[in-house]
Amino acid sequence: MSETFELRSGETHIEVYKFLPGAVVAVTVAALVFQASVPVYFSKLEILDLPLLVTVYFGLSRRNPSTGLLLGMVIGLSQDALSGPTVPLGFYGIAKTMIGYLASSIGARLDTEHPAARFALIFSFFVLHQAMLGLIRRLLLAQPETWFNLHLAIAAAVNALFGTVLFVALDRLRRSS
Amino acid sequence: MVAIASKHKSLALLGGVLLAQILMLAVQIKRDSRGRLIRVWAISAAYPFERGGAWGYGKVRGVWTHYFALQTTSRENEALRMENDALKLTIAQLQSRAAEADRLAALLSFKQSHQEVPMAGARVIAASAGTASRTIEIDRGERDGIRRNMAVITPDGAVGKVIEVYRDSAQVLLLTDKDGGAGAMLVESRIQGPVGGTGDPTMLMKYVASEEKVNVGEKIVTSGMDKIFPGDIPIGTVMEVKAGYPFKQIRVQPAAKLDQLEAVIVLLTQAPVEFKKDADTQNAQTGAQPSEPGAQNPAARAPAAAKKP
Repeated sequence: MSETFELRSGETHIEVYKFLPGAVVAVTVAALVFQASVPVYFSKLEILDLPLLVTVYFGLSRRNPSTGLLLGMVIGLSQDALSGPTVPLGFYGIAKTMIGYLASSIGARLDTEHPAARFALIFSFFVLHQAMLGLIRRLLLAQPETWFNLHLAIAAAVNALFGTVLFVALDRLRRSS
Repeated sequence: MVAIASKHKSLALLGGVLLAQILMLAVQIKRDSRGRLIRVWAISAAYPFERGGAWGYGKVRGVWTHYFALQTTSRENEALRMENDALKLTIAQLQSRAAEADRLAALLSFKQSHQEVPMAGARVIAASAGTASRTIEIDRGERDGIRRNMAVITPDGAVGKVIEVYRDSAQVLLLTDKDGGAGAMLVESRIQGPVGGTGDPTMLMKYVASEEKVNVGEKIVTSGMDKIFPGDIPIGTVMEVKAGYPFKQIRVQPAAKLDQLEAVIVLLTQAPVEFKKDADTQNAQTGAQPSEPGAQNPAARAPAAAKKP
């Protein structure tokens, strides 16, 4: 079932999706576990940021900024907690809170169902996420951090590509109308 | 409208969540030398207010102290003024005591330099009550060996004679009294004549013939002829000479400060006293050998020699 709400008068109708019970929690936990454990065995997969992709997906789908930022905060803080003592609580939390809020806000205005749009959005959110992490690391932690380089560009492209595929899979968790 | 309210609500929620996480980060982050970041922020945030508060408190206190709390200042000023008056009084007393000490030291020095002459130091305890007479009262009397007609002097010169003796005090008639006087002699011309008081601070030398030459500034000493004062004790200085017939009118400035007497010496004998000069007195004080009597004043040597048999 899909529900349709008129978010802004005079504009096209944007659908707000709901998911199967427990889907959001299960996907979030799975993403965090994957991020924490799989790179131990497959270091190449470290380039993926599944918690970020999940945050972006549910933000774009739910299209509610409050829900999006709270989900981003929970995911980010969980990632902080799983990242060991060298990462202070709030490091990923702040960045993913912002990403969740922005994804929800953009999702409420744009059609984010098209794969190309999803690729561009994921790429942009990855870059923005890295920029915010760099900002936090520089300003709050007083640690040197590279703003952007080729590795990050490749990581953004890989995550965007993988996210586009992942989003299609996650679409199956949407509650049918 | 609902969308706008929802947007503001979500923005507020975003701000709150971000702020909470930033604060959480600040609690965890520890800078090397400045402690935890939350403490650095707290201190940095509070510093302007603390500084502003301190500045404001200083200003208010300054205004209160300099403008409204003048009552305390006035009291302090009054207390300081009283203290200043008391200190002035103390200084005056100390100066007086120092002057008295100087006078007593001079008397002691005089006594030490004339140890062969029996004498007694005395303190002036009273003066004549009226202007009709010039007398003083001293704190030495019959028990101290004081007798009538004993000479009273100071290191500066002759003062007067004892006219009344009581058990513990005595009355001294000053040379400046109308009835006071002493046998005198001009040091340079060796002219003799009595010097007596007029009731004024100055004295007159009488019976000096008009043809005698007397110079202003000439010293006058006792002649020893009055059987009261030994010879050669300074009496005064000629301050004015007027022609007269058959005698000159010679006004004399007393050598002793008769209006500032506080301590005197009573000569317990009428034997001749050799009144030493200042240099000799200083020599006596320093223990040096005194010079020969009259060596510095040939004029003074003559009468002393004349008295010798």
